[in-house]
Amino acid sequence: MKTISMCLMMCLATGVVRADWLQFRGPNAAAVSTEAKVPGDDLKIAWAADLPGRGLSAPIVVGERVFVTCSSGPGQETLHVFCFNAADGTKRWERAMRSTGRTMTHNKTCVAANTPCSDGERVFALFSSNDLFAFDLDGNLLWLRGLTFDYPNASNSLGMSQSPVVMDGTLVVQSENDSESFVAGLDVATGRNKWKLERPKAANWTSATVWKNTVALQSSKGILAVDPATGKTVWDYSDGASTIPSSVGAGETLYAVSHGITALAPEKGSVTQLWRNEKLNSGTASPLVLGDSIYVVNGAGVLIKASVKNGDEAWKLRMKGPFSGSPVAAGKSIYIVNERGIFQVIDPEAPEGKVVKEIELKETVLTTPAISGGAIYVRSDAKLWKLQ
Amino acid sequence: MKLSLACLFALAAVSLQAAEDLSKPIEALRAVQKEGEGNEAAGKAWGEIVKADPAALPEVLKGMNGANPLAENWLRAAVGVIADAALKAKKLPVEALVTFLKDTKNSPGARVVAFDLIHRADEKLAEDLTPTLLEDPSSDLRRHPVAKLIDAGDAALEKKDNAAAIVAYGKGLGGARDEDQIKVLAKKLRGLDQKVDLPKHFGFLMSWKMIAPFSNADRAGFDTVYPPEKELKFDAVYEGKTKEAKWVDYTSADEYGKIDFNKPFGMEKSVVGYAATDFFSTEDRPAEIRIGCKDGWKVWLNGELLFARDEYHRGAKLDQYKLPCQLKKGKNTILVKCCQNEQTEQWTVEWEFQLRVCDATGTAILAAK
Repeated sequence: MKTISMCLMMCLATGVVRADWLQFRGPNAAAVSTEAKVPGDDLKIAWAADLPGRGLSAPIVVGERVFVTCSSGPGQETLHVFCFNAADGTKRWERAMRSTGRTMTHNKTCVAANTPCSDGERVFALFSSNDLFAFDLDGNLLWLRGLTFDYPNASNSLGMSQSPVVMDGTLVVQSENDSESFVAGLDVATGRNKWKLERPKAANWTSATVWKNTVALQSSKGILAVDPATGKTVWDYSDGASTIPSSVGAGETLYAVSHGITALAPEKGSVTQLWRNEKLNSGTASPLVLGDSIYVVNGAGVLIKASVKNGDEAWKLRMKGPFSGSPVAAGKSIYIVNERGIFQVIDPEAPEGKVVKEIELKETVLTTPAISGGAIYVRSDAKLWKLQ
Repeated sequence: MKLSLACLFALAAVSLQAAEDLSKPIEALRAVQKEGEGNEAAGKAWGEIVKADPAALPEVLKGMNGANPLAENWLRAAVGVIADAALKAKKLPVEALVTFLKDTKNSPGARVVAFDLIHRADEKLAEDLTPTLLEDPSSDLRRHPVAKLIDAGDAALEKKDNAAAIVAYGKGLGGARDEDQIKVLAKKLRGLDQKVDLPKHFGFLMSWKMIAPFSNADRAGFDTVYPPEKELKFDAVYEGKTKEAKWVDYTSADEYGKIDFNKPFGMEKSVVGYAATDFFSTEDRPAEIRIGCKDGWKVWLNGELLFARDEYHRGAKLDQYKLPCQLKKGKNTILVKCCQNEQTEQWTVEWEFQLRVCDATGTAILAAK
């Protein structure tokens, strides 16, 4: 136990050599790579792989495998799960399934909107149609669920995008909508429900934050942190929160996308508000914490840097927007792609922040990058790129 | 000759053996139910099925016949794995797949998979098969010949052969079941001065009796049982939210069959309306009632609640919800409850629905009278 703790501390202090990016916004849904080897800013397109359908879901990376989902067909009923080789972008396997739930979405989004997640052994792919598939890393189907088949009013006619998270043998899946709104903890081995909770009857596109052994579920009502094993409430913040950008945890603090940003210190069932800055308004992108600063992308495409200690603003940097995807970070760089496919590298340590590199991907990109092995993975409706 | 016969028997024996070996695992996949029931057994069975010889593909596809959508996906995934290997080894049993495709008793979903595999193995053969799919029970398979007829019509138009274009487009429209293709064809035919009756093509129910406004304050009206849910008395007058609630006759002039409560009752908010109509069926038969609605709604057929949905202003489209049902010969009464909420934004004005009666392919079932 001591050895593990020592290793963990060393990794946190120095970064691990290589780390997987197992879910939306990577390790602990914090959007910051824990690797020692960072992509830096001298990036080029290493390879590009063709995709057969749309997707707002982000890629995830497990070892040498990159997983990505797509939806295709006239009604987006065909649901694809792909596994590519990280080294060269060749396809290892593809599975094509059929939606059992509703596939109607707003034109801007699509059925492959939820980012898959992995526990390192399995990949869990959820779609807006509420179809959920578990594969092993070699593409063997382990189990599946049709959550709208199970719960017929669980859908949103605008589309859903809540990405699942996995923790200690439980896959936490949200389907929060105006009608049959719920979150469920599923056994990763069988896909059966361990627990299921009703959630506020309101459309919600946020994803859970994995933080301090809890899964923090955000909604218009606030943030409910549950024990992933049982679904039991650990703490509950009820002062409202956003339904699009998701909160982020760092250290002992959860930075809630609530009335701008509200810094929370939940402890033993109660929640203390440390500070609130209502001017830190996130647009669609979720915030990230890097070092002692929090970074927020507002609706005008302006990156705002503020102190994690008190929320005081340090600078504002206008980037080339607009943005649907969220920023991610590694080392001292922040990476984000705008909707027009301009990949931007930001130096947040420059006095007023600075865009130090741009790569034109020349396609619409509405999603969040992934970082692993010193490389960055980005996808559009037609391509998956590796930048290195 | 003797040798050939011996080979045939041997092949048949192998095939039978494969089928026998797979029957149990296929059954395990077909046994999956809601909430993950049967997943454990299915996972093991799937691992056995994907090891099967490509010759077993038709048997695995047959497993999809009558299976629930979850089981279909288990089987679809297994077929994908077997087929990927078979294609790589050039061992896909194309002839058997063509036979499977041609047998329309097989499930539409399985036949779509079979066609896709044929297409991957032999594009020319798939092209040759395409025209035979125009009246197919699968709306997915119909898309291919309809697309070809659109192309053929366009080509004829380029040669200024309007008569040939009208024939191609008309034939395409006859087979088309998906809205995008129907819209394209209707526009092209109208551009050539041809009449297109979209309400009839889709099977929209255009004439209704409607009553409103009952209260939907705090969205409680959705679950409140107002008099039309207890009795359909078209000469009755009830206390409404802002005025007396009375039945009125309404016939939609919208070619997509929108039944708009705002027209007879005004742009009310936080209100509930009902619409009722009789549909005369020529026979007892399975059918689908398909509704598009961005308000809260409930639909009853002959007094039986088919589905209820309390989502407001997230969007509407044709065939948004498909409600399988059983029509009886003669009169069938359809009652729709349509709930408008309190939102005041410009995009929340709509208080309407569109409803059609069709078969599982989306082919309109027209009323007997």
